[in-house]
Amino acid sequence: MSPITFLIMRRMRTPLLMLICAYAVAVLGMVLVPGPTLDGVRQQMSFLHAFYFVTYTATTIGFGEIPYAFSDAQRLWATFTIYLTVIPWFYGIGAIISLFQDPAFREARTRQGFVRDVRRIRERYYLVCGFGDTGSLLVKALTERGRRAVAIDIDPQRVNALAIQDYDVYVPGLCADASLPENLMDAGLKSRRCHAVVALTNRDQVNLSVAIAAKLLHPGLAVISRVGNRDAAANMASFDTDHIINPFEAFAEHLAMALRSPGTWLLHEWLSAVPQTALPEPRYPPRGGWIICGYGRFGKAIHREMKRAGMMTVVVEADPDRTGCKNCVRGRGTEEETLAAAGVFDAVGIVAGTDDDANNLSIVMTAKSMNPALFVVIRQNRHANDALFRAVEADLVMHASESIVHEVIALITSPLLSRFLARSRRESNAWANEVLARITAVTEDVVPDIWEVRIGDRQARAVGREVAGGNRVAVGDVLRDPRDRTGVLRCVPLLLARGETVTLMPADGEPLGFGDRLLFCGLARAETLMTWTLQDDRVLDYVLTGRPVTQGHVWRWLERRARRRESIDPSRV
Amino acid sequence: MNPEKVVFGFFILLAATLNFGFCIGEIDNPVHHSPYELFAAIVVNLIATVLKFGDRTQMGATQLATSLVADLGLITAAIIWGVSTYGMSQEITPHAMAAVVSFASGALFANVTSVVLLVVETVTLRR
Repeated sequence: MSPITFLIMRRMRTPLLMLICAYAVAVLGMVLVPGPTLDGVRQQMSFLHAFYFVTYTATTIGFGEIPYAFSDAQRLWATFTIYLTVIPWFYGIGAIISLFQDPAFREARTRQGFVRDVRRIRERYYLVCGFGDTGSLLVKALTERGRRAVAIDIDPQRVNALAIQDYDVYVPGLCADASLPENLMDAGLKSRRCHAVVALTNRDQVNLSVAIAAKLLHPGLAVISRVGNRDAAANMASFDTDHIINPFEAFAEHLAMALRSPGTWLLHEWLSAVPQTALPEPRYPPRGGWIICGYGRFGKAIHREMKRAGMMTVVVEADPDRTGCKNCVRGRGTEEETLAAAGVFDAVGIVAGTDDDANNLSIVMTAKSMNPALFVVIRQNRHANDALFRAVEADLVMHASESIVHEVIALITSPLLSRFLARSRRESNAWANEVLARITAVTEDVVPDIWEVRIGDRQARAVGREVAGGNRVAVGDVLRDPRDRTGVLRCVPLLLARGETVTLMPADGEPLGFGDRLLFCGLARAETLMTWTLQDDRVLDYVLTGRPVTQGHVWRWLERRARRRESIDPSRV
Repeated sequence: MNPEKVVFGFFILLAATLNFGFCIGEIDNPVHHSPYELFAAIVVNLIATVLKFGDRTQMGATQLATSLVADLGLITAAIIWGVSTYGMSQEITPHAMAAVVSFASGALFANVTSVVLLVVETVTLRR
């Protein structure tokens, strides 16, 4: 029994008992009290009439004296009946109303509604713990792609914000502590439709408990977690959290990659940008002396990666003792003297990386007025300040929430892409440039769409059958244009995954096996056309052999017969 | 002694006895079956039902179910009586009376089950 029904029954026990007793006394009295004498016969009220009379009297409807005018004794009893029954009615109604206003009851009701909403989701969904800056961005990005999400946050204000947000699909939200397993289970952690858990709260400890709960209660479920420091990351990695995102470290590595091998960096930028928008203009960070303002988590990560990339760095920090920064320039970086002392006139770039947006903007504006040629990297802390950060025209904006969301979306929508990007980091810059050239050749100026194909899945049914039947289908065959097989679709195969082995940029002659997974990037149009080849036996047959596509059962039957005869009698071929 | 148990047991037993008292006699003879007794049986049964509200144990749930069945049988019997008296003719026919008593007997079976459950619960109570 649900807690709500239980609560209602429990609370309504006394009012109902009172009502039953009052009715019983009133009805019985009505039956026993002598009625008027009609035609010399004393009338007595029957149970039916008595119950009827009491019913309309108790509910204050009052139809009058039925079935005949009452005797005085009956009127006396009727008066008593009115007071006896009307009061329990009001008491009962009052009890119900006060129950509905009871905070505990309302809490139980919202939770039950939430659990029901989650159970009603028929598609795969993602459980997002923490609905702050990052969580709301992620939920927005998920719903825009038609994915379902469920959100938990401990702050009632944020849950209210979720309720009034206008998402494309309904997102159930619960105001509860995500670190308690009970709340996670109410949010459908153990459901087979729950596809991944994303822990995005601002406290590492909570994210840690979410990850542990998910690993224990739903083994095999993908767990993505955000962390703020390296200890927590190591802790999570120790029990196989699938993806640990440390936005500061990730950005610092990204920046270092831009310095070390610009081609690989640009490849990352292109493949993780929003498809069908204009390709981002490459802005390669220059090599030389850099100023890092702020030596917090972000500043430290940048400092380390810059060192590794062989850059000269000067750190500007307002509180060197607390952050443990040795030989740095003391100051916030917002004043001209500090920046001059840090060597702003000779530096090639500046990183405004404090945890205060106003300070970061101020640093950038001051530094730019002193040395307009500076390459500017700025850290954005709050999503609400978006307009300001666009206006300041920095070369690179590090927005922790946004980069987490980018990464999570990439992990969720295309696991192969993350594998491709991870592997590409090990390749040389020249290799990356070659890939870039191939991508530009097919997509021109827009960010390519990215899609995955699994041979044997429903969307690649025809190829799956062909391959399972022992026939040879190569990567190049899939790339042919199904309208004219001499043409080639405008897309690039990025990766071929067969079990654990991964081939980057598979060659056209590479044969496909059942269960292989392919990652493509290219025009959305190419994806639609490719679906034809992948799904339709006849189109695939045309693409492989060049035989025209025949329609209709009769022709296909004749064709099959002819082919069978050919195979039986080789002399006729 | 638990006063709640006393009240509870009292109403369950009273419901069963009243129900039995109503059912006893020739099945189609209206003289053998008092409408007052049926009324009392209905009221006591309803009270017994409400008393079981909000009991979260397995036994409580089963008790509630048997009580609801008894209510259903008795109220149906009362409706048949009322309709056949006022809807059809002035005097209740033996046929209708037999229907009333058979419904009430069905309710009696449910009430007996209630009593059995009560006894079982009491016996298994280790105090």
